[in-house]
Amino acid sequence: MADITLRVNGSEKKVSVSPETPLLWVLRDTLELTGTKFGCGAGLCGACTVHVEGNAIRSCSTPVSQVAGKSVTTIEGLGANGLHVLQQAWIAEEVPQCGYCQTGQIMSAAALLAKTPNPTDDQITQAMNGNLCRCGTYERIRKAIHRAAGDGGAR
Amino acid sequence: MSPLSRREFVGVGIAAGAGLVIGFYLPHKGGVEKESFSPNAYLRITPDNKVTIVVARSEMGQGVRTALPMILAEELEADWKQIEMEQAGASTLFGDQTTGGSASIRTTWDPMRKAGAIAREMLISAAALTWGVSRSACSAENGVIKHAASNRRLSYGELAGKAATLPIPSDVPLKQSKDYKIVGQRLARVDSPAKVKGEAVFGIDFRLPGMKYAVLSRCPVIGGKVASFDDKESKKIFGVSYVGKIGDSAVAVVADSVWGAMEGRRTLNVTWNEGPNKDLNTTAVLASQKQAASKKGVNLYSAGEPTKVSGRHISAEYSLPFMAHAPMEPGNCTAHFQGTKCELWAPTQVPQDCRDSVATAIGLDPDQVKVNVTLMGGGFGRRLEHDYAVEAALVSKAINSPVKVLWTREDDMRSSTYRPASLHQLGATLDGSGLPVGLTHRIIAPSISGQKGQPVPNGVDPDLPDEAGPVYGIPNYLIDYVQVETPVPLGWMRSVYALQAAFALESFIDELAVAAGKDPLKYRLQLLAKDQDLSYFTTTWHTARMRGVLQLAAEKSGWDKALPAGRYRGVACFGCFASYMAEVVEISMENDQPHVHRVVAVVDCGQVVNPSILEQQIQGGIVYGLANALRAKITIEKGRVVQGNFDDYAPLRMEETPAVEVYAVPSPETPTGIGEPSVPPIAPALCNAIYAATKKRIRALPILS
Repeated sequence: MADITLRVNGSEKKVSVSPETPLLWVLRDTLELTGTKFGCGAGLCGACTVHVEGNAIRSCSTPVSQVAGKSVTTIEGLGANGLHVLQQAWIAEEVPQCGYCQTGQIMSAAALLAKTPNPTDDQITQAMNGNLCRCGTYERIRKAIHRAAGDGGAR
Repeated sequence: MSPLSRREFVGVGIAAGAGLVIGFYLPHKGGVEKESFSPNAYLRITPDNKVTIVVARSEMGQGVRTALPMILAEELEADWKQIEMEQAGASTLFGDQTTGGSASIRTTWDPMRKAGAIAREMLISAAALTWGVSRSACSAENGVIKHAASNRRLSYGELAGKAATLPIPSDVPLKQSKDYKIVGQRLARVDSPAKVKGEAVFGIDFRLPGMKYAVLSRCPVIGGKVASFDDKESKKIFGVSYVGKIGDSAVAVVADSVWGAMEGRRTLNVTWNEGPNKDLNTTAVLASQKQAASKKGVNLYSAGEPTKVSGRHISAEYSLPFMAHAPMEPGNCTAHFQGTKCELWAPTQVPQDCRDSVATAIGLDPDQVKVNVTLMGGGFGRRLEHDYAVEAALVSKAINSPVKVLWTREDDMRSSTYRPASLHQLGATLDGSGLPVGLTHRIIAPSISGQKGQPVPNGVDPDLPDEAGPVYGIPNYLIDYVQVETPVPLGWMRSVYALQAAFALESFIDELAVAAGKDPLKYRLQLLAKDQDLSYFTTTWHTARMRGVLQLAAEKSGWDKALPAGRYRGVACFGCFASYMAEVVEISMENDQPHVHRVVAVVDCGQVVNPSILEQQIQGGIVYGLANALRAKITIEKGRVVQGNFDDYAPLRMEETPAVEVYAVPSPETPTGIGEPSVPPIAPALCNAIYAATKKRIRALPILS
């Protein structure tokens, strides 16, 4: 067991867990932020995607000790003031079906738009290819990212 | 306007009755407020003008929480903005609550419409009495009853108290489809905002105070049992509070956190009694199917005498492997056993089965078990099993504490139930013009229901009547079924046997078209040219409707237009769950592998309730079906499932996903299934496109094996 301090959605959080605990379970069980999902436990599906210092990472495969002192953003903290533009686009394009993977999808898309505000189709595919969706919402995800990037975004 | 009788209304599973608020009990309500109006279990209108519609099917992404209330709200003439959705748990008020078989709309269409119409008529009566005018002078619109002559209006909330005192009418008129204002609209799904904010509560997210977490070590060999276990190391893991046998085949590790339970299981040492299947492998399973192929089958469909026609004979054999559902949310269930009662929070397609199975497992009566239905991170048939619920209840009883049982991805892949592997033998006799005058299709597959000990009437697996019907009006046509046994656990996976039946039939029809030297789409249209009604168990398939979807698919795909160099097309059509579907796939071959660029999908499913959700279901079914066609394969070695995670059982990713254009043939017919019918045609359409590109015929799935 160790006391680890991390910054989650702008607030400092001190947790007492074994240091190898994946960040995913610290977020879900300890901090009760259940918007981040468990899908594979092996970094293969992206359902657990969060941002660490602005980069999209797989929280299921990231020991919490690695993010000590760092800034973590989860889906709950994505829209600082109301809904993030991607969340709005996701609703407008009616992306979610079961919705389970969508928070991870949105976090991956947010990391993409932060660095590439107007992505091409290829850039979207590259950024989103690690996020699985068994409901098959990929086409609407692509549309929603273009919508969030601004109407008439590069294709 | 179609009248309905009260008896019929009760008979379809609605709790109607003589009193004020009858049979209306919902899990989180202590009772029903005095002034509320609830003429049946689907609906409650309160004086604050809230209209609550109860959804008695489970939401797994297919949109029932939006689409089912739309049906009731339409007849109620409600204001859609005033509707609140309430999820029913396991109940005795709604008949069978199983969510599967693309049946939620099909089976609730009538009860939901009638529930809304009865309430509407009673609200009109309440207003007429209030104003002392005739009923016919009043009308319902957008959540209010109006009296046009005096320009008076009362909201449904204002009328609720009065309506609740009135007798429930026995006959009520239903609206005609041309007058629909809600049904048929692209209304936004009610569950999207919570899902994009991370606020939606799936089974895995549900939490009780003091709840523990459990993971189970299950015997890796099918049918094996626990011999003994050593938990010394497990108990050293921080937070691990219990390790114990659950049933014969598993050991549960309970901890204060998921990670603690997982670590406890990692360090657990179980000795297994591997049992009779320890040497089982897929090759042997498939060989036994091949051996069984010559057995006598039972007829599923029979017309004329296909063995007695003469002409050019063609035959081919097709096979499909075991497949896994792999929904994104792994299995889980939360249970709280409290001596004489047990409450569950289950992401389940079968709340009533969970209730009954849990009751048996822990020695309670079904009415002592309460099952709440959570959101599901996908179902695809995997959550038609009650295994998670029973495990959770047993663990909760063992530790006398609320607990969440959680499966890992590997648990889900390796301890699942699987789409049955199947073998298909097809034969056809072609006349001088190359058209089949005789066709036989023998399906050799295990019975899912049979393996589960459920009835298999007359040797026909009860799913086959929805999923293996004839498509074409071929004059001499036999479809028969040979049931085989397998120890591999079987489950109902999206489109169930239709995937296998369609792959075999629609690949074979393509082979016949090639043999006849004809365009495969025009060949099919020729086979559907004559209007015929094909009676198959309880469904009548109309060749005209199949022709309709195929023609629209030809038009929308530009079938007659030349493709750019390197592009190829394939087509397939199939009917299942009473809906008609045609798909045209456009591919190129890259490094000997198909790259799917475009899919045109056309459906005839009768009246469309919500076109946006319909499009989701069809696009999703095609993505799911493409993964099945390209890669999905579960293999068994030494009695163990080989595949474990999304690396060796890989779903489709964005880079492989084509643009899918969806079209529905406009129809006022009663709605039919939409969750599954898009899945079966995609594999044969893709394989037929691959043939067009390479002249290589794929007769065994998956394509990339």
